[in-house]
Order: sequence, then C-alpha cells, then structure tokens
Amino acid sequence: MNLLETRDLRVSYATSDGPAPAVRGVNLSLQRGEVLGLAGESGCGKSTIATSILRLLPKGSIVEGQILLEGEDVLTMTWSRLRAVRWTEASIIFQGALHGLNPVRRVGDQIAQAILIHDTKATAKSANARACELIEQVRLPVRRARAYPHELSGGQRQRIMIAMALACDPKVVIADEPTTALDVMVQAQVLNLLRDLQRELGLSMLFISHDLSVLVDVADRIAVMYAGKIIEQGPSTEVFRQPLHPYTEALGAAFPEIGDWKYRKAPVGLAGDPPDPLDIPSGCSFHPRCPQAVERCADDDPKLRNLSASRQAACLLIDELPRGSQ
Amino acid sequence: MSQSEPLPEPEVPVLEVRDARVDFAARQGLWSRGSGGTAKAVDGVDLAIARGEIVALAGESGCGKTTLARTIMGLQPMRSGQVLFKGEPVGTSSRKLREHRRHVQLVFQDPAAALDPRQTIYEVIAEGLRIQRIPGDESELVAEALSKAGLRPPERFFLKYPHEVSGGQRQRVLIAGALALNPQVLVADEPVSAMDASVRGEILQLLLKLRDELGLTIIVVTHDLGLAWMIADRVAVMYLGRIVEIASAEDILTKPLHPYTQALLSVVPESKHLEQVILAGEAPDASRIPEGCRFHPRCPLVASGEAERLGIATRCTTEDPALAATKQRHSVACWAAEESQMTTAGPGASP
Repeated sequence: MNLLETRDLRVSYATSDGPAPAVRGVNLSLQRGEVLGLAGESGCGKSTIATSILRLLPKGSIVEGQILLEGEDVLTMTWSRLRAVRWTEASIIFQGALHGLNPVRRVGDQIAQAILIHDTKATAKSANARACELIEQVRLPVRRARAYPHELSGGQRQRIMIAMALACDPKVVIADEPTTALDVMVQAQVLNLLRDLQRELGLSMLFISHDLSVLVDVADRIAVMYAGKIIEQGPSTEVFRQPLHPYTEALGAAFPEIGDWKYRKAPVGLAGDPPDPLDIPSGCSFHPRCPQAVERCADDDPKLRNLSASRQAACLLIDELPRGSQ
Repeated sequence: MSQSEPLPEPEVPVLEVRDARVDFAARQGLWSRGSGGTAKAVDGVDLAIARGEIVALAGESGCGKTTLARTIMGLQPMRSGQVLFKGEPVGTSSRKLREHRRHVQLVFQDPAAALDPRQTIYEVIAEGLRIQRIPGDESELVAEALSKAGLRPPERFFLKYPHEVSGGQRQRVLIAGALALNPQVLVADEPVSAMDASVRGEILQLLLKLRDELGLTIIVVTHDLGLAWMIADRVAVMYLGRIVEIASAEDILTKPLHPYTQALLSVVPESKHLEQVILAGEAPDASRIPEGCRFHPRCPLVASGEAERLGIATRCTTEDPALAATKQRHSVACWAAEESQMTTAGPGASP
C-alpha cells in the first residue's frame, strides 16, 4: 500500500468570479522512505496539493477525489481524527520560516508545546528533552532552545521549523519550497540537512520546488505540474536530464547548468504567462506557449500516459514519436 | 565564439568607481546596549565598466552589491571615493545628480511592487519624462520606449493598468520606463528573481538585445550565478563590501580562483559537476570585518591547513590582500592565488 496517495484530486478556490480550479485531477503516490519532488511554477497547483493533504485550504474551497494516508481518506476524517493526523502522521515545512513561529515564545518551548499537544503520554519534562534532542538533530547548539525567533538567522529559523515538523515522528513530511527564501549558501546548508535527515530517519517526503535543479538533488522521483495537472513524471535524474514534455524542458532551461555552452549568452524562455485558473486554454493547457504545438493540440487534451515502466508524460506529440532515450 | 573573449580595452569607461566607501550606522536594537558602530557596506571598491558591457555584481545578501549599485547611481552618499561618468566625476548637487540618474537608470526587482496599480502604463512611463523634463512629443517617446522593451504595438498598452498585463510584460513596463529617458546605463537589481521560471528567459533575452541593439551598458546585481552565465560579460564577486574576484564570466564561472567564489559556485544548484564546499554560518556582519583577509574565518584553505602548508596562514590572518591581476583581466584578492601565481608563473597561462 502506498503511504500517501491522491486519487483524481480536484481542488477549486472560491473567487468572486466563481470557483477557480487549481488542481484538476491529480494522481500521486508516495512510497515509504521515498522522496517525491513536485515541480512547477507559481499557480500550477503544487502548493494547493500540499495544503489539501492536511486540509489547510481556505474556507469555501471545493475538494473532490481522495487523499489516502495509509489507506485512510483525509477528506472524510472527523476533525478530532484530523487533529491527531496533523503533525503525527503528516507535517509541513513552509517557505517563510518567520511567519510560522510565535515571536514572543522561546523556540524550544514552541517545539515542546507541539509535542505536548499531540502526544498524550508526554510530560513537560519529556517534551523539553525531546525538543532539545530535535534541536541538536537539526545541527543547532542546544542552548538555542532558549532563543526567541528574532534572535535567530533565517537559516536557523528554518532549522527550527524542520525540528518542529519532525517533533511527532510524522510518517510524511511535506516541504513546500523550504529553501526558496534563503541565501544560496544557507540554502545549501538546509538542503544538506534535509537530505541527511531523510536518510538517517528514513523520512518519506513530498518536496515542492519551482527549481528542477534543486529537486534532482533531493528527490527519487519528480512530478511536473502545469495548470493544475501533472504533465510529466519519472525518476528524477531522467526527468531532469532527458525531459520528455516541452514544458519540463523549458522549466529546466530556466536554470541551466553553469558551464553549459548551449546557454552561454543564450537564455531560453517561454512567451506568455502560466494560465489563469479561470481561463484555462482548451485542449492541452500548455499549447499557447508550446514551441512545438500543432493544430490538434488546441482541441485534444492529452492524458498522462505510460511511456516506459517508470516514465509518464501528457503530450500528444510524444505519443506519436517518443523522443528521449530509454 | 562571440565578441566577448578579449574585450577591447576601453578608451574611457562609461562608468568608473574609485575606492568607493560607504558606511552605515550599524543597526541598534531597541534594547541593545553599547554603541552600534558603523557597518562598512562598501569598503574600498574600484570598478571600471566599458560601454556596452554587461557586468554582474554577485554575492550573498549583505555583501554590499546593492549598495554599490546605488552608489553608482548616485543614490547613496559615500564616505569617500569617486564615481565617474564618462571620465567626469559625478557632482553632488541635486541638479548634477538628477542629470546623472537620467543617464544611469534603475530597473526594479519586483514589478508588482514597483508599479502603482492605479496608474496606466502610459502614465508610468510619462512620469519619468516629465520629472526629467525631456523635450519632445510625449506620446511618441512613450511609444518608442514601450516598443524598445518589446511591448508592441505600444498603443495597445497605453491605457492598460499593471494588473491587466502578464508578469513578464510588467517587467517590460519597468524596463520601458527606464529606457524612455534614453539612458546609457541600466542597473538591474535582481531583474528576474521575482519572476516565474518560464518567463525569466524572455527578460534576460531582452537585456541582451538592448545591449546589442542600443549599445546599453548593463549592471546586473544578482545572487544568481546561473543568471550571470546566461547574460554577463564580466562577473565581480563581492564579499563583505569588497570585490574579491573579477573576471570574464567564462573564466570566473569555470575556473574560479578565490576560495569564496569556488565555494559559492559549488553550492549553486546549477553546478552539478562540482563537489560542494558548504561554508558554515551565514553572510557575515559588515560592522565587524575580520582582520587580515576578510574571508579567512570562513576560508576552507585556512580551515583545512592548506594555507599553513603554503606558508601563508599568518598573512591570511593579518594582511588584507589587494585585488591583484593574476592574468589577463582576471583579478583576485587572495594570498593563496597570489602564491600559486608566483610558482606557476610563466607562459601558457590558459589552455
């Protein structure tokens, strides 16, 4: 059984112009101990998936389909069951570390509190001890437990957020752009930490980022989203090195490898913007921006198809002439 | 391949900075005790930029790259030093500064924040023309600027509001606003960091095109070395207010000499072939610049004992290395690089 699975997940946000579909039929699966990378630009629905797994979506959102956490549907859980699931079964590391922490409480106490709320057997003493252990686990000196959030640097705060996410030994950790707001050097420190923790603790992770070159370093598999759908999926190195879908290719070209002469003084970009959820193009939603689009791309919406044992893509042209090697 | 290999030595640089130094009163918390002291945001920078050159100022946040860019634009008073435009020192009177800012235009980072949502695109562009009292037919000038920035036909955009155009087009509006004043130099501070991945390339292509077609000189302030690879002719890497290495983008990004540049390059996700050198700690504090080489407390050569082996460890901790040219147009401020230059001196510097 998959640890986490979404089945035909559809999410729409309520807007003044009617419901805006942000996720349009997504099937994802995460095995135990696996890291699944979810790539895409802002507005593609990747963060919506993250927040819908813990049912943190704003009021009025419409969610359809199933989200199975160890076979149990999150969407039909009672509130009390959901409260128990959050943190202990699945937890989230958000992008902005400053906003997730209470500014007037010491960070160690905040971690301990999370443990006390969710673990009925915990005592104040055991929770504190566990908080200190977690702080060491994220490679901070234990004395930092007594610090207030403003006394910590951005990287240290993000480490505290990671410690908090791990506080109740969750089965799944969702990391939503955990390093995006950080400086390059600190980003590398935090990514390394996450990679080490993943290996040490055998964490199962859903790792969300707009940057394929970040995902290829942390994830086993990558799923690429565009306009609320998965358009390509496969082992991360293959998706990164030999993208099948033209959109994946463009996304990779936005962050080319330094030293790759193909891109020296030759940046590559796509015309136009990602589509507005209220006005999604007909046929393949990528066709207005696709450099390879043909006439029927405007009419036929391609399904995500198996192209090999491990790779899938949703593109009419790939159905006809499979490009990549394999 | 392109014209960038040996850049012709310019007769007079379009912009030059001489020993620029900028201090800030160090941040004092509400409850902090003692004096704040001063933070040396820019601490002795020399830089000459040729006409038509694209130079990237790179480094971690807090390294002084944005302050240096502001200094170049005459927006930031210096403690000492000089900024020269076409060989002439930029004056300090407000009239002189306004004149300078017309020649050197800033492109803001986040178009969503920099544009007034209640102003039409026409008004955005015309405002600059009015402030600078540019003579000529206003709507013609606005149209020309918009089409230079790739917004064609320009009239279609006149009456639109920022929210009615795409993110990439908003960034083009900001660039058009800068171009309207017919500047010689554009300063682009993180021009694409707020943009979606697939849109970035288009804006970078536009910057290259403006250089090629209008001969604009462009200074790109960025933390993103991958961006420098895609557009810059030269890259200056800054650390704690100083340029620690400067060279052609090809040289510095494929054969960096300064251990800081090497580390910075190795941690960029876009450099997969390099072994990561992750420096501990965060960008250091400009109010407490270390003795000797300012990078020595974080330097992997010092930490690994390599500096000791080279016999430069004392120099690293006590003497401040100057930016020295090691080979043609590649300068680095590092005792180890200087040492290896002396031992490997001779012909055949490059492959």
